[in-house]
Amino acid sequence: MKKFMNDVDQAENEMILGLVKAFPKDLRKLDCGNVVVRRNKKENKVALISGGGSGHEPAHAGYVGTGMLDAAVAGAVFTSPTPDQIYEGIKEIANDAGVLMVIKNYTGDVMNFEMAAEMADADGILVKQVIVNDDVAVKDSLYTVGRRGVAGTVFVHKIAGAAAERGDDLNQVQETANKVIANVRTMGAAIRPCTVPAAGKPGFELAEDEMEVGIGIHGEPGTHREKIKTANDIVDLLLDKILADIDYDGSEVAVMVNGSGATPLMELFIINNRVSDVLKEKGISVYKTYVGEYMTSIEMEGFSVSLLKLDAQLKSLLDEKADTPAWKA
Amino acid sequence: MNKEKIILVIDQMAVAMEKQKEFLTELDNVIGDGDHGINMARGFSEVIKKRDSLAKMDAGDMIKNLGMILVSTVGGASGPLYGTAFMKAGMFLKEKEEVTFPDFLEAFACAIDGVMARGKAAEGEKTMLDAMLPAKRAIEQEWTISGEGKKSMEAGLTAARKGIEYTKTIIATKGRAAYLGERSIGHQDPGATSFVFLLEAIASQM
Repeated sequence: MKKFMNDVDQAENEMILGLVKAFPKDLRKLDCGNVVVRRNKKENKVALISGGGSGHEPAHAGYVGTGMLDAAVAGAVFTSPTPDQIYEGIKEIANDAGVLMVIKNYTGDVMNFEMAAEMADADGILVKQVIVNDDVAVKDSLYTVGRRGVAGTVFVHKIAGAAAERGDDLNQVQETANKVIANVRTMGAAIRPCTVPAAGKPGFELAEDEMEVGIGIHGEPGTHREKIKTANDIVDLLLDKILADIDYDGSEVAVMVNGSGATPLMELFIINNRVSDVLKEKGISVYKTYVGEYMTSIEMEGFSVSLLKLDAQLKSLLDEKADTPAWKA
Repeated sequence: MNKEKIILVIDQMAVAMEKQKEFLTELDNVIGDGDHGINMARGFSEVIKKRDSLAKMDAGDMIKNLGMILVSTVGGASGPLYGTAFMKAGMFLKEKEEVTFPDFLEAFACAIDGVMARGKAAEGEKTMLDAMLPAKRAIEQEWTISGEGKKSMEAGLTAARKGIEYTKTIIATKGRAAYLGERSIGHQDPGATSFVFLLEAIASQM
């Protein structure tokens, strides 16, 4: 393993410290752990908290700030944060308007956030939650834990964050977040694995000419493996699944082409070139496009495509100003 | 089992988690996200750091606090699940200085109920429950027949190991392995496996 690190056990902590030092006017780290909160807190608005394992930077701490999250909790790499840490975050941002937790649909994340909510509830803090499950690569059925929450989560942060910032109440913010979840779909692929620092070796192996289709943001297996194809063919494969999942006909969408950590921007733009052409061909109009690293998987070489179906409300919230380290506009 | 023995069990658990760290992580790499061994070893090394203060508590508090340490240090899904298991067992053993075999059986049942409630899971979903529930049934059965703790634990371990083999044959419907669907067949569940190591630690001091 070759990484720019000092001590693998300190990687998460040093990363959060470095982030906060880069944005000293905007972010603050709590002493109790890897919890990042917003400095210029707006009073009496619904507070948003999210979090998850580290290794997905800029998610989630990079989205703390005006118009998005009020706090983000970072666990060990690819491991959900613990209930006590999440609880500290909730206590720090709680106010009378209540707290909304944005959780990605992973068994561990859901359990840890729910335990934290039980602790906060015992303090009389009003806490609600939404669970993001945008990954179409995995089956959603009554018998499984459902789909994974991946890059589409960033759209939830943005849009629910804007709703909270403009003063919507907790029920409205939760409803808006659920509307985003109902309308966003994502799928990804990867051609090279990533190495969790504490593990020291790659989490999976792929032959030089192979790709994993439908991969998760922790390098978990997706739908299948096959020989690598051209960028256009891979995009077609992913879009076929996404477009078959909800009815995008004649709609307006926001597109996110998200790099997994080691995919050059050059390739992400090549990918977007195809995404854009296919959508045009299908009569789906692109309202806004985001190309870059929003939800990474350390140094995995891969990408995901997310499509968020928009209506007037979602468009206006997407257009609201946000000012965070990783999302400005 | 007295408090000194319980501390020895905890020591054994920590040794086992450190020793099996890579093995459990390898298992998790195949069907999960490859951190189970790392997380469990981290949790138990924190437990060992607090060994002296645990040793001063009664058996119930000792086990409950062990659970709380796991919840706050393991993370992932195994943190809340194992943490809840030990917390529930500890709550049942409240204020006890010594744990009899029937106490252990009751506490074990509380632990399993805690795991089922927290994980919203049942048997046959390729989780730690597929080792836990058969172990519980086998221990109870042998205890009823022979009334011998050591023999009962051996029966439990045999059943739990069979449970691991069983997890190789079924599709995961809970946890990250669930995303694999049929591709999860053929691989044993890391959580069921770590449970057997913990049960071995308990049995070693009976």
